[in-house]
Amino acid sequence: MTVAIFLTGQSRILVQGITGSEGRKHGARMLAAGSKVVGGTNPKKAGQTISLNDTEVPVFGTVSETIAATGADVSVIFVPPAFTKGAVIEAIDAEIPLAIVITEGIPVHDTAEFWAYAKSKGNKTRIVGPNCPGLASPGKSNAGIIPADITSEGRIGLVSKSGTLTYQMMYELRDIGFSTAVGIGGDPIIGTTHIDALAAFQADPETEAIVMIGEIGGDAEERAAAFISENVTKPVVGYVAGFTAPEGKTMGHAGAIISGSAGTAQAKKEALEKAGVRVGKTPSETAALIRQVITGR
Amino acid sequence: MDLFEYQAKELFAEYGVPVPKDKVANTADEAREIATAFAGDGIPQVVVKAQVKTGGRGKAGGVKLADSPADAFDKAQRIIGMDIKGHTVHRVLIAEATDIKSEYYLSFLLDRANRTFLSICSVEGGVEIEEVAHTNPDAIARIPIDPLTGVDHAKALEIVRAGRIPAEAEEGAAVLAERLWAMFTDEDATLAEVNPVVLTPDGKVLALDGKVTIDDNAAFRQEHDRFADIASTDPIEARAKEKHLNYVKLEGEVGIIGNGAGLVMSTLDVVAYAGEEFGGVRPANFLDIGGGASAEVMANGLEIVLSDPAVTSVFVNVFGGITACDAVANGIVSAVALLAERGEAVNRPIVVRLDGNKAAEGRQILRDAALAIVEQVDTMDGAAKRAAELASAAKGA
Repeated sequence: MTVAIFLTGQSRILVQGITGSEGRKHGARMLAAGSKVVGGTNPKKAGQTISLNDTEVPVFGTVSETIAATGADVSVIFVPPAFTKGAVIEAIDAEIPLAIVITEGIPVHDTAEFWAYAKSKGNKTRIVGPNCPGLASPGKSNAGIIPADITSEGRIGLVSKSGTLTYQMMYELRDIGFSTAVGIGGDPIIGTTHIDALAAFQADPETEAIVMIGEIGGDAEERAAAFISENVTKPVVGYVAGFTAPEGKTMGHAGAIISGSAGTAQAKKEALEKAGVRVGKTPSETAALIRQVITGR
Repeated sequence: MDLFEYQAKELFAEYGVPVPKDKVANTADEAREIATAFAGDGIPQVVVKAQVKTGGRGKAGGVKLADSPADAFDKAQRIIGMDIKGHTVHRVLIAEATDIKSEYYLSFLLDRANRTFLSICSVEGGVEIEEVAHTNPDAIARIPIDPLTGVDHAKALEIVRAGRIPAEAEEGAAVLAERLWAMFTDEDATLAEVNPVVLTPDGKVLALDGKVTIDDNAAFRQEHDRFADIASTDPIEARAKEKHLNYVKLEGEVGIIGNGAGLVMSTLDVVAYAGEEFGGVRPANFLDIGGGASAEVMANGLEIVLSDPAVTSVFVNVFGGITACDAVANGIVSAVALLAERGEAVNRPIVVRLDGNKAAEGRQILRDAALAIVEQVDTMDGAAKRAAELASAAKGA
């Protein structure tokens, strides 16, 4: 039986960039949350260990070496934008099943390249992100930067382009709890989409209902709506941010931009509603809708 | 960042994409000088083109043919200062007039849906491609480009043939496509559009117009600062950028500060809904102070938001995830003190909503500080309503 999606209690996590400030900080937080952080990489510090919350975590030169020595099956990538493409390609070459790219500010040409590379290698590595908070399966594992102590284990699956809106939703619904929260990221090109997460939640017996959070830019939400119509039988509640965003301005996330008349929040909301998804007007109304779905039966 | 046509053409020329001879003019006098120099080089006719980052310049009267340097002066004088769809014309491009036999369309762009790049090519150019898509969809070819292999000469030929560009222009168009792709990748562009690509009666293929968007995330490896359009940048946005703040100026009255792009976008929406009840007040800006939210960042953020004279109330909306709310509350208290020290007038009401990690501690800190201008509301919807109400009251006063 599947427990949670993508990330389970058995997941063995390595951190690419474990000796950097972000890698250290979040490596320690992941460990504190009960995740199995088994190692990390830094070619210059291979053979050493790094102390995270009094746990000595081994540092290796490459992803392949880390996998061979520790059995790692998830990589969380914290390296700076200029080096991220190389780090992801290394993860793909090592055929790690899951690579989570937290880094924000990666040139989109680099993302297009590593995505094409993953595809050319038969998509053996699921890529989440970039510019995402990662994944959290409360009570099981936490891979990325989602705070572990704001929610509990439960039956809601959540997929979102936005980090803070994810946290907000997890917190508001902490009494019901989540199977997995998937932060897919706010860049124009991302590895794992709303659709991938929706499909996994539909198949996951521990997930009873799904919250899907989108925002302006592109047409990922519209495509997700079409997918829901065809393939998702579990209740889905949606939220879309950016109704007041002006045309042609990037709103914080590189992908959050309305181009001409394309990518508006209104169009996304309408597409979702047409697919039978109830869309909340505010985050708290969205939380109330999912609460109704779960407790109303 | 979108580039002006003259900047796009500068890049085209660097990469050998053939363009008509041209030069940018900031004044009508400069336009005349350029036209005079061109006439001396055997180019009697020039086109005077308004430089604005929007389409439909021709229809708006922003593109004119000039027969002499004196005519170029007249046309430039009429065009500079013109308003085209809300964009003021600050300069014109003086370009060699080109004889046109046929017009085509070619572009490279990011294809978000398919997570790759796309080339669009059509034998029908010179009109907006959206219009062609509507009237004659079969005339448009969409060719996916593999980022790993790119566009070599063979691929370029495939593109122009798919667009049904006739044999007489095929080779020239393919060379143009190949070089345009080199520019697109080397300069980290997300759009490179040539409309029209023209075939001249003597068989040359040229890029007559150009539209380029470059990826701001690639700034660290590009030299694109030279393209920054300081004249048209909102002054508050410019100062926010200097302070590394992610700020977008909007037209409303409620100043917004929050953490995380999604939450801030959502905050704008919630304030706009709440404002419907209070005389239609709207969010004044987007400002994401990020996860860290130190006192200094909070102070800089408040200073920027309050520097907008239209702002009559401020809504600070923070969800403590990794950042704990007690740190954020301390940040707000120090920020207000810091601004007072800097001699800034902190005289508009600030509604604060703290939730999440250590929210109770954060709220207590703000209560203890008892700042007259700070008011707390525990929910996002409630706080948005209160901020809108205060903005509306101040506006009416």
